[in-house]
Amino acid sequence: MDHVVTIQDLADDEIMSILDRARELLPVARGEERSDAFVGKILATCFFEPSTRTRLSFETAMHRLGGNVIGFADSRTTSHLKGETLADAVRMVAGYADAIVLRHPQEGSARLAAEISDVPVINGGDGAGQHPTQTLLDLFTIREELGKLEGLTVGLLGDLRYGRTVHSLAAALARYDATMHFIAPESLAMPRRVTAGLPDDWSAHTALDGVLPELDLLYVTRIQKERFPDPEDYVRVAGAYTISAETLRDAKPGLRVLHPLPRVGEIATDVDETDHAAYFRQAFNGVPVRMALLEMLLGGG
Amino acid sequence: MADNLLKVQPIRNGTVIDHLRAGAGLKILDILDVASTGNTVSLLINVPSSKQGRKDIIKIEDRELTESETERIALLSPSAHVNIIRNYSVAEKTAVEIPEEVAGVARCPNTNCISNNERGATSRLLLRSREPLQLACAYCARLVAGEELQFL
Repeated sequence: MDHVVTIQDLADDEIMSILDRARELLPVARGEERSDAFVGKILATCFFEPSTRTRLSFETAMHRLGGNVIGFADSRTTSHLKGETLADAVRMVAGYADAIVLRHPQEGSARLAAEISDVPVINGGDGAGQHPTQTLLDLFTIREELGKLEGLTVGLLGDLRYGRTVHSLAAALARYDATMHFIAPESLAMPRRVTAGLPDDWSAHTALDGVLPELDLLYVTRIQKERFPDPEDYVRVAGAYTISAETLRDAKPGLRVLHPLPRVGEIATDVDETDHAAYFRQAFNGVPVRMALLEMLLGGG
Repeated sequence: MADNLLKVQPIRNGTVIDHLRAGAGLKILDILDVASTGNTVSLLINVPSSKQGRKDIIKIEDRELTESETERIALLSPSAHVNIIRNYSVAEKTAVEIPEEVAGVARCPNTNCISNNERGATSRLLLRSREPLQLACAYCARLVAGEELQFL
């Protein structure tokens, strides 16, 4: 395996060995054990658009394993502004680092980078496209929280049209025979290019209440203001897809709520105090999962 | 077929594109950019055909098609046959075929795809299904139906 552009680039057994290895790496991820597996290795984090969690957890993963990080957090500080192509930027960075994490606002950018780079490229999010390491950490979190990945009933809620994390996650969950409910306003429904690749075990809804009692997992995403030309529409729609402790009253006691974060108002803070809340543990899980993936790509460990 | 080929004057050297889906001929002339090349071209529309009911035929004198042009024809009319005419007789006859990948032929319809935004990038579409025709962008995975194709 050379590059990780989409979750489909990883075979089932590769995903499983990443999740297993991530569990073994938990003490290193927490800083309880030291590792020098990546001494002398350099990871480049090339973020043409801002991200906090993805970039910081990759950097932490690299540092915890004794490696170094170079990169940029914002395209305003790069020669991208001077009109440099992505292809040229990738050629240059591939000469400076042992692997590249790329976040870019345009779909397909990571695939293009992978065609050009002779060091592994990891897609850290390409526009409304894919975000495979988010999917890996989501799968890891689901398995840690619910004890298994097979045969779960899952609700994906919020912006399913532009929310790239849910596209990759739906594709991945399909491998584990999940029953999926897509809950979104009609204008933000799951795109056909995603549902076309799924087995028949999914259904679309505009409200949560009908399906909530069946769910083992509820994955909430942020509805972004910029998707609505009329701010009034945004307030009305976003309000209708808000989760609170009260909303979750009819849920199974074991229901876990995940969110890729950052949240704005879609999960009320009173959910944090319930047993359902797993999103902060999920954010931490980005570190061990990315450590395990980097080990697979860079060797070592 | 011989009768149809004779409906307008036979050509000495050049290309006859036969068995085109009726109605596809005009679009294909557009793609082949026949107006600017100076070759004599004839187009027959809605010619009766025992196999297809109706078909279009294009004859281009003194020109043989490039691979990229043949790929475009295949995408618009998978039933087409390309006959190369040399000295009034059919020297080669091939059924067009949609390749597994078409590069630099049609753009990805996703305006935010890197292939539409990166200077020097070449579009690549992968064949997903022949009937109905469907392709997918090799970069952003956007599905492209046959009727959605925008040729470059």
